[in-house]
Amino acid sequence: MVNELLKVDHHKVARARELAKQIALDIQREIEQVTTVAIERTVARLFGIDGTDGAGVPLPNVIVDQVDQAGQLHRGLAFWLANAVVALGKTPQEVAEACAQGLSICALEAQDPIRIEQVMQDCTRRAFQTIARQRQRREELKAELGTGSEPLKYVIVASGNIFEDVKQAQAAARHGADIIAVIRTTAQSLLDYVPYGTTTEGFGGTYATQANFRLMREALDEVSVELGRYIQLVNYCSGLCMPEIAAMGALERLDMMLNDAMYGILFRDINMDRTFADQHFSRMINAYAGIIINTGEDNYLTTADAYEKAHTVLASNFINEQLALQAGLRRWQLGLGHAFELDPKMTNGFLYEVAMAQTIRQIFPDAPLKYMPPTKHMTGDIFLGHVQNAMFNLASVLTGQSIHLLGMLTEAIHTPHLSDRILSLENARYIMENARDLGREIAFRPDGIIQKRSEEIVRETVEFLEQVAAMGLKGAISAGLFADIKRSPAGGKGRDGVVKKGLDYVNPIMDALQRELASAPAGKGGSFDGTGN
Amino acid sequence: MAQVIRPYGDSWGDGQVQLSFTLPLPAGPRAREAAKRLAAQMGLDNVQIVHSKDLQGFTFFILYGSCRHGVDVSALSHVDEEERSMSFEEINAFIEEQIGRRIVVVGACTGTDAHTVGLDAIMNMKGYQGEYGLERYPMFETYNLGSQVPNEALLQKAVEVHADAVLVSQVVTQKDIHIKNLTELVELAEAEGLRHRLIMVVGGPRIDRALAAELGFDAGFGPGTTARDVAAFLAREVARRLERGE
Repeated sequence: MVNELLKVDHHKVARARELAKQIALDIQREIEQVTTVAIERTVARLFGIDGTDGAGVPLPNVIVDQVDQAGQLHRGLAFWLANAVVALGKTPQEVAEACAQGLSICALEAQDPIRIEQVMQDCTRRAFQTIARQRQRREELKAELGTGSEPLKYVIVASGNIFEDVKQAQAAARHGADIIAVIRTTAQSLLDYVPYGTTTEGFGGTYATQANFRLMREALDEVSVELGRYIQLVNYCSGLCMPEIAAMGALERLDMMLNDAMYGILFRDINMDRTFADQHFSRMINAYAGIIINTGEDNYLTTADAYEKAHTVLASNFINEQLALQAGLRRWQLGLGHAFELDPKMTNGFLYEVAMAQTIRQIFPDAPLKYMPPTKHMTGDIFLGHVQNAMFNLASVLTGQSIHLLGMLTEAIHTPHLSDRILSLENARYIMENARDLGREIAFRPDGIIQKRSEEIVRETVEFLEQVAAMGLKGAISAGLFADIKRSPAGGKGRDGVVKKGLDYVNPIMDALQRELASAPAGKGGSFDGTGN
Repeated sequence: MAQVIRPYGDSWGDGQVQLSFTLPLPAGPRAREAAKRLAAQMGLDNVQIVHSKDLQGFTFFILYGSCRHGVDVSALSHVDEEERSMSFEEINAFIEEQIGRRIVVVGACTGTDAHTVGLDAIMNMKGYQGEYGLERYPMFETYNLGSQVPNEALLQKAVEVHADAVLVSQVVTQKDIHIKNLTELVELAEAEGLRHRLIMVVGGPRIDRALAAELGFDAGFGPGTTARDVAAFLAREVARRLERGE
C-alpha cells in the first residue's frame, strides 16, 4: 500500500507515460531489425552449449564467432546449429566441441527443414522447462519462507573469491540482509564473453559465471531454510553479455538482475544499437524467468548534479518502464532505480530527498523501487558516513521504498569489510523498526517545500520527455541529456557484434518467449506473478 | 631538539587511540583475550574493549588504548608544509602572468578502472563540493578521456595535444592493482622518452604524496582533494619548470 503523502498531477504523469511510450516504440522498431553476437550466444547457451575450448574460449563464443566470420549470422545461430545437429546426429554441445576442433558448420549440407525445425523446438522446450522449473521453485520457496519486510535490505559482497563471498553472504543474511548482490569484477561488463567455472580472483568484485551463480544460490538456499526467510540473489545483467547473463541467471535461479536499458551506453560506452537489442532480449528472458530487474538511473546522479538533474532520473524511470513492458516484464518486476545523492551540506536536502523518493513511489505504485544510498558525497570520514546512511535509511522507510541498498560507511575507501556490512545492517534495522509506520502518520503541507519540490520535478520531467521525444532517444543521448554524458550512435564498444537480421532469420527462443509472454495474464496471480505480493 | 608527540585524547600525551577490527574467532573470552594481545602488540597500553559483537564465527571489536609510541616531529623537517592555497581567480591570474599560455592537461582512469567519480570531480566543468573542475578554468585546456583507458592511449593523447600534465585516477585498488598499473605508466613514459616532458599526477582514495613519489609520479592527491588543489599545484609546477628552463 502506497501512502499518498503528496498530491501528484495525474494528467502530467499520464502525459509522461505517453511520451515515454512513444520514445520506447521508436527504439523498438530499430531493435527488431538486428541481432547481436550476444543474443546468438544466448541461443547457444539455452540450446545446451557450455564449457570452453582448449584455449579457454567459451564454446558459445567459438560457435557464434565461426558463423559470424562466415557472414552467416543473419540467419540466426539456431538454424546453423540445428542443421548441424541433424547432419551429424550430434547434440548441440557435441557440435560446438567439434567446431572447436575445426568443424565448419556453415559448410554442412542443408538438411530437411522439418527435421531442423524439430530440433529447434526440442532444444527450446528443454530450456524453457528448466527455466520454468526454477521459477516455480522460487515461487514455492518465497511462499513457504517469506521474503522479509520492505524496504528489503540489500547488501553487496565483492571479495573476488566466490568461496569468500559465500561466507560473507551467509553472515550478512544471518544479520538481517534480505538480498545479496555479488558485485562483478571491474571491467567484466566490457568482456565480450562470459568466463567459465568457479573463480577465486577478481578486482573489486567476483566474476559472474554460471558456476559462481550456482554456488551462491545453493549457499543462500541453505541459509534461507535456516533463517526461515528466502534470501534473494542479484547479479549484473549488463555490459556486452547482457542476454547471456540473463540466461545463466534464469537457469540458476537468480532472483534479481541489474538490467538497465541505457546504463551500458552512458557509463560503459557500449554501442547504442548493441545495447538496445541486447537489453530487449535479456529482459524477455528475465520476464519469463520471473526475475525482478533493477534499473540504474541512480548512476546519473554520480556524474550529474542530484538536485538540478533529479528530473532526468524520473524521466528515465518512465522510459525504462516502457521498454521493460515492451519486453514483456510485468510491473511487479520493475525495480526502477533512484538514489539519495544530494550534497549533505545542502539546507533542507533531506526534504528534497523525501520529495523525490515519495514522488517516484506514488508514480510507480506497483514497482519494487530500488533505492540507492549516498556514494558521491561519501568521504573517508566513516563516522559522518554512517550518519549519512542513517538519513538515507530514514528517507527509505518513510517513503516506502522496496529494494534498499545499504550504504556502507567505508563506501569511499574500499569494498566492504565483514564488519562494515553488519554495522550497516544494524543501522538500517534500528531506523526502519524505529520509524516503521512514520509514513502512515504524517502528511505534507500542501504549500510546503516537499510538495513544491515534487511538483517541480514532475513538471521538469514532462518537459524533458517532450524534448527527448522530439529528438528521439538516440539523439537525446548524443546530446548529453542523460547523466551529462554524450555518446554517438556510431560509436561505442561492441558495435561489430551487431548484425542485421536476414529475411530468413530464426530465433526460436525469442519466438517462444514472445508467445509465452503474450499469453500469460498480465495481472497478479498469473503464472508470471512470482511473489504474490 | 627532539619534540615527541603522541595521539591526543583529552589531555597532552595521553596517547589515546580508538580502533576497530574483526577477528576470525567466535565471540567469547578467547576472542577477547586475542584482541587484547593483538592491541598490545600494536603498542597499546591499558586496552579497553568497549564493544564486541558476535558475527557468527567472527567477532567485531571496538577498543581504546593508550599508544606507547610517539613521533619526533623535529625529525620531519624534510616534509614540506602545504603550499598556500590559491583561489580560482588567483590561479588563472598566476598562469597568465607566469606562464602566459594555457596549461594542457589530459586525464584518465587507466587500466581496468571504470570509476570516473574522482576524475570527474577534478576535471569536469561542474567540479565537486562547490569547487569548479579544471575544465572551468579559462587558463586550463583539458581532455578527460574517461574510464578504462590503456596507458598507451593516455600517453598518445598527451603527445598529440602537447600536454603539460597527465592526471591519472585510480579508484580500484584491490590486490594493489593500482600499483602495477601506475608503475607501468611511468615505465612506459620513460621508455617513450616522455617522462621529463610531462608532469605526472595520480589521484585516488588510496593515494598520497609518499606513494606517488615512490611510484615515480610528481604528485599524488588523496581523499578530500579539490580541483583547486590540483590546479594550484600544476600552475606552480609548470612555472617552476619554465624558470628552470625545462
